Amino acid sequence: MRLGVLFSGGKDSTLALHKAAEKAEVACLITLVSENNESYMFHTPNIDVTAMQAEALDLPLVRQKTEGKPEAELADLDTAIAQAIKSFQIDGVVTGAVESVYQAARIQRICNRLGVWCVNPLWKRNQKALLEETVIAGFQTVISGVFAYPLDKKWLGKQIDEDLIGKLVALGEEYGLSPSGEGGEIETTVLDAPLFKKKIVVLDAAVEAQGNSGVFRIKQARLAEK
Amino acid sequence: MILVVDMNSKENPFGFPEFVQPIVAIAEPLEKCHVKHYLEVNEKSLSGYDKIILSGSALKDTTTLDQTAQFTWLKDCGKPVLGICAGMQTIGLVFGGHITQCREIGMTEVETSKANPLFSSTFKVYALHNYALAPSIEFEVLAESASCVHAVKHKQEDVYGVLFHPEVRNREVIERFVEAV
Repeated sequence: MRLGVLFSGGKDSTLALHKAAEKAEVACLITLVSENNESYMFHTPNIDVTAMQAEALDLPLVRQKTEGKPEAELADLDTAIAQAIKSFQIDGVVTGAVESVYQAARIQRICNRLGVWCVNPLWKRNQKALLEETVIAGFQTVISGVFAYPLDKKWLGKQIDEDLIGKLVALGEEYGLSPSGEGGEIETTVLDAPLFKKKIVVLDAAVEAQGNSGVFRIKQARLAEK
Repeated sequence: MILVVDMNSKENPFGFPEFVQPIVAIAEPLEKCHVKHYLEVNEKSLSGYDKIILSGSALKDTTTLDQTAQFTWLKDCGKPVLGICAGMQTIGLVFGGHITQCREIGMTEVETSKANPLFSSTFKVYALHNYALAPSIEFEVLAESASCVHAVKHKQEDVYGVLFHPEVRNREVIERFVEAV
């Protein structure tokens, strides 16, 4: 099976990529760059870092811009996957979906229409266990967005480690947050992972936050030897 | 002990974590589970199991629908069986039903048409299928969506099928099968 990975540069799509690569050939990454900050499907801070992540992974990147309007962005995803099929002869698409039937169903429909497999290696996995798996595997992941009470700017730019997972789980129990951000509570950016041939070093970043909403915006970064 | 049958083609190495493990995660806290691939299951390999759950498979994977001879054990096993999606379709074919075109991907509403131990009333389910089952007269219909039959039960045996995916939404369907059937 030859696969393209829907890639936001966060922990879930990066972990899904690693799981896909264990059992099949990953031929490319596919990234949707949404201009809509409210997009349920594709918005993520630091989406521009995906080009550097693709270089670090030594994988080609199919990059598709989208205005991010509901449903219209699905046409853009369709275009991106069709392009990946044409350019890289993939016969399946990998997603990092864990719980969201909203996202999963829409991607399933597109894959079904285009006649390719839709692979969800993290589907229904325990969220705390997934977070721990990234730490144990050696992912360097930073929190690049917070979007729910009581999270605030103090969390932005923090690296996910065992200690931070414990805090996220405790908040989840107290406030009903998803510890891995399945409800969009947090977004993440992966700076290093086992399949990265080089790691990303952040040279300049800014915290832009207001109350319980904010992003850790990477303004300048470079690839470094591991 | 529950036997969970992996209905995924060997062509798809990702079917197990997506369609089988979530079932085990729901059933295992209630009763010990053991997973076998459908190609490893036959009449002789069923001893020691109290109930059987047949998993679903990916949209592109309809392999078991062409391999019903592999499932003749379903007719004589005498154990409660729950088939999910491809599992339901395969059960239906073994008992003389046939497959129809019916595409539903995402949340859809189903209405219970006959009282049963697994679910009741009108509820929303996660559907992921291009085909549905037209059951034989050996089965009674338990639930339907606006498009197709979503749940059946054999009239004499405790053999159930659900077209929707209870391991994604409505996990209590699996829990009730393990505990109440």
